[in-house]
Amino acid sequence: MKKKDEIQFDHNEDGIDRRGFLKCMAWAGTGTLCVMKGGVMSSFSMSRLAELDPAAIAGELSFVQISDSHMGFNKPANPDVIGTLKAAIEKINALPGNPEFLLHTGDITHLSKPEEFDNVQQILKDAKIKEAFYVPGEHDVATDEGKEYLQRYGKGAMGAGWHSFEKNGVHFVGLVNVVNLKAGGLGTLGHEQLEWLEDDLKSKKSSTPIVVFAHIPLWSVYPEWGWGTEDSTQALAYLKRFGSVTVLNGHIHQTMQKIEGNVTFHTAASTAFPQPAPGTAPSPGPMKVPAEQLKSVLGITSVNFVRGQKALAVVDSNLG
Amino acid sequence: MKRTLRILGMGILLVAGFDQATGLWNRTNATPVSKPEMTVEVKIDNFSFSPASLEIKAGTKVTWTNADDIPHTVVSNEQVFKSKALDTDEKFSFTFDKPGTYPYFCSLHPKMTAKVVVQ
Repeated sequence: MKKKDEIQFDHNEDGIDRRGFLKCMAWAGTGTLCVMKGGVMSSFSMSRLAELDPAAIAGELSFVQISDSHMGFNKPANPDVIGTLKAAIEKINALPGNPEFLLHTGDITHLSKPEEFDNVQQILKDAKIKEAFYVPGEHDVATDEGKEYLQRYGKGAMGAGWHSFEKNGVHFVGLVNVVNLKAGGLGTLGHEQLEWLEDDLKSKKSSTPIVVFAHIPLWSVYPEWGWGTEDSTQALAYLKRFGSVTVLNGHIHQTMQKIEGNVTFHTAASTAFPQPAPGTAPSPGPMKVPAEQLKSVLGITSVNFVRGQKALAVVDSNLG
Repeated sequence: MKRTLRILGMGILLVAGFDQATGLWNRTNATPVSKPEMTVEVKIDNFSFSPASLEIKAGTKVTWTNADDIPHTVVSNEQVFKSKALDTDEKFSFTFDKPGTYPYFCSLHPKMTAKVVVQ
């Protein structure tokens, strides 16, 4: 561990100083590995991964997140979403430490058509993973209020598709915040789902690492563009007593990270097309970049959990 | 008045055609229009409805066209009307017969809100 990565000022006693946090933030989007070890946060560029000790990056549990594959989208921002999803799968298959499973944080399809779901299912068959877990995005419930989605991915799930499961002592919760949205509002979890969440977490020890995944960010990224969830404060209140909480979202088609106490919020890149940074365009619509740059703004996110370490290591890598 | 009705009736007969395939009288083009219908356009562009506030007379048909690369919906807050997800260039129309204020939004991007005021 380099001396300069040690904590200098830890005002909040959360193991993160401002300098270290900003340093990690500066790398976001270019492919970063942020590891928390004994209260020291370290960041490595993805290009240096090969030089690192495999033990430092291989966790007790590795999984990968992809998001916003928008199968069926065919506009100039990316006329080949099949090609870029395939590139994402190749990237997953080349990851060090073999991810055990995949999380898809929604907008699997562009218009929730059966053939769009079929295409994604077909392409994901080539991923070297044991299983995949999903939550819907608003595009997956756009045409039939989520019937097709639930038929395919709703087995054992509650309501609009929320569910939880355990992996290697880590508790995973998939939440749905894209249905029954109210005029003028943001993403919504709703009373029924919040009650379920409270109940689901009740029996878990505070030392259990928690991973929450949902499509729309559960933190207020940019409410002006609808990038936030109306009632996420309630969900986060239920998560407060846990020592390690990682929140993984999609929807905004760019990587972003925020750390608040014991909670790490992270959004993944899309595998289909980028969207502008908050407030930098008239609307959050697809952003056109030169064709040769497209893969550098699309990506996957891999996550490693090492027992005894406070936070999970979240690593973004682009498809370029 | 009687004469008008008779003329209208003749009109129906004149435009009705016998469909040999189905063996039925095809009257699809024969519906008489009681008065010329007004149509007003609303554009969906850059995640907003334009105009955001539209004033029309009762009986006016409003047609929304999605000019974005992302699908949107047109859904009345009170469920008076509801479109399917409109892909790029797809349209949705609704005729407003009763006066009143009709707030609506995009159920996929609920920050997109607008209203139609019918006089």
